[in-house]
Amino acid sequence: MPAEERTFRLHVPSSTENLAMIRDFIGSIGQRAGLDQGEIAKLELAVDEACANVIEHAYASDATREVTVKARVDEDAVSIEIVDTGKGFDPSTVQQDNLDQLISKRKSGGLGMRLIQTLMDEVQYEIIPGQKNELRMVKKLKKKDAPASK
Amino acid sequence: MASTFTVGRSQQGDVSILALDGYLDAHTAPQFEKLIQEEFDAGRVRILVDCAGLTYISSAGLGVFMSFIEDIREAGGDIKLCGMTPSVFQVFEILGFPELFQILPDRAAGLHEFSQPSAKEA
Repeated sequence: MPAEERTFRLHVPSSTENLAMIRDFIGSIGQRAGLDQGEIAKLELAVDEACANVIEHAYASDATREVTVKARVDEDAVSIEIVDTGKGFDPSTVQQDNLDQLISKRKSGGLGMRLIQTLMDEVQYEIIPGQKNELRMVKKLKKKDAPASK
Repeated sequence: MASTFTVGRSQQGDVSILALDGYLDAHTAPQFEKLIQEEFDAGRVRILVDCAGLTYISSAGLGVFMSFIEDIREAGGDIKLCGMTPSVFQVFEILGFPELFQILPDRAAGLHEFSQPSAKEA
């Protein structure tokens, strides 16, 4: 269990080829925080989804832009912030369709956000159009004798 | 450093078997999408995707199945999946895929299902 707060940052060019590097970075953070392999896998997937959205939508796959991943570990949780300065969006307009509807429209939009909501304990968006988009999400650390988190 | 992903293709009767290996994410999904498109364009619409070697999948990978399944079923075929590890299955399950796709334990079970008359394919 971490005794004090620790902060880590990763800046990478906005390209999907860097998703593997992002997952490795987050996996290391999860290990340091004492998460088990299943929880680490969920954390990696949630961050992968968030960063893929930034790369493909906020930055339209422009590899000259940069994605920033900040991770903070304290004794209660791993907190992640994904920051970009690309095109923002209104989270409330996404994930309206169920899987059946998406299939009939030949669309797969919103699946990543749905996964993030399921895999993480807290998810919060802050969109400042034209300035900065931030996705903050938290994975709580399990404590002995405490109910299991997601 | 980029994700590694390969697909092995084989044929069993009229069933195309695509054996996935490695990491299927937003970087590698276009490669998989191209392969499914090739199967569809060639009229090979009975497709068994063997996930035994699949280490990781994100929504970009699941999106490939979603974007093709309607056209493939309309053409009289289906995509069935088999051999998933528990961690890969969990991702499919979170998004409700087991309701819409047949997910079988292994390749033999998948091929057996293709040999059966199916309501979805009827």
